[in-house]
Amino acid sequence: MYAQLVKTSRVKAAEDMSEEERAFQARIDRGEKIEPKEWMPEEYRRTLIRQIGQHAHSEIVGQLPEGNWITRAPSLQRKAILLAKVQDEAGHGLYLYCAAETLGISRDELVAMLHSGRMKYSSIFNYPTLTWADIGAVGWLVDGAAIMNQVPLQRCSYGPYSRAMIRICKEESFHQRQGYDLMTKMARGTPEQKAMAQDALNRFWYPSLMMFGPSDKESVHSAQSMAWRIKINTNDELRQKFVDQTVPQAHYLGLTVPDDKLAWNEEKQGYDFSEPDWDEFYAVVRGDGPCNRDRLEARVKAWEDGAWFRDGLSAHARKARERQAAAKIAAE
Amino acid sequence: MSSEWPLWEVFIRGQHGLNHRHVGSLHAVDASQALRNARDVYTRRHEGVSIWVARSSDIVASSPSENGPQFEPAAPRVYPHPTFHDDEARPT
Repeated sequence: MYAQLVKTSRVKAAEDMSEEERAFQARIDRGEKIEPKEWMPEEYRRTLIRQIGQHAHSEIVGQLPEGNWITRAPSLQRKAILLAKVQDEAGHGLYLYCAAETLGISRDELVAMLHSGRMKYSSIFNYPTLTWADIGAVGWLVDGAAIMNQVPLQRCSYGPYSRAMIRICKEESFHQRQGYDLMTKMARGTPEQKAMAQDALNRFWYPSLMMFGPSDKESVHSAQSMAWRIKINTNDELRQKFVDQTVPQAHYLGLTVPDDKLAWNEEKQGYDFSEPDWDEFYAVVRGDGPCNRDRLEARVKAWEDGAWFRDGLSAHARKARERQAAAKIAAE
Repeated sequence: MSSEWPLWEVFIRGQHGLNHRHVGSLHAVDASQALRNARDVYTRRHEGVSIWVARSSDIVASSPSENGPQFEPAAPRVYPHPTFHDDEARPT
């Protein structure tokens, strides 16, 4: 999940709602999509801006750990795949920024909020990609976890978000397959390569589980988001689904999930597993993960270093418009 | 200078013979950059054979608050639908 800590208020009871709010909730309950210019509660708008904004920032910051390996990919084919994937993430960020902008916030405001730390991105991207196997682990686990959340969000109540999600899911699912393919090659390679694959799984397992956000016991704030259908499943439901899907894939690769307590539970037809270290999660969200400062610095630097170029293009476009206008007057 | 680039709406013809369909929006300084960016963002996988871009501010839209008077009068009129006609009455 790319939006981990988007809190909303408690669910409003029908008798506390205004007539407009009741009509709005009724539309959502009927499965209608809400479109940009239509009436919506202020809190719905604000929550969506935070959620879609976090999601967009995650796509953009998420390019950094993978971009780290483009120049060092072990073959031309792997390099081309990785380049195309990082390009896709940029595209996903853009779809999502546009969806957020339909809610009345500007792109510059969103970027400024990321750079000042007022808006977050997913905690997962604050972990380093130390070896080539990490690129496989990111595709397999991180994209796998993202898909768990994004597939149901295709049905969310806000039209532009839902449509962005549909486009993104198409591309994300084969990113995950590419990651798994990379892990398969490593796991079936030399003993050193297999050890690298195991090491990558060891380091990315718990951070991937954290992507779904805090446990439902802690996350009392999501009820309103679920009533509004901008969150479809609870954090723990998605985490369970992810574990159930991923553990057999790890077994197939001959890798060991780094969890002593992992065991199949016949009764619930799912795995029992250890929760991640939530203190670490909150530390990473607060800004004290292994790479938080690097990531934000890289984004701010890219923005500032590109300023002269953006300004240049604006100036060129303005002059072209002025020349055109002058030529038109002269012709008349 | 920090003025944000204008917003453009992007329409793509998916295949020959189909309509252009709205796929999303993007920021660009002018029309030619909007077309180039649209190609990069929305047609990375051969999703289109033609692109239109239009300044978002130039688009005139119907107002959602007037949806009732706008569209409801069409509801009771069954005769524009192909199912209105009686199959039995068709010349054989």
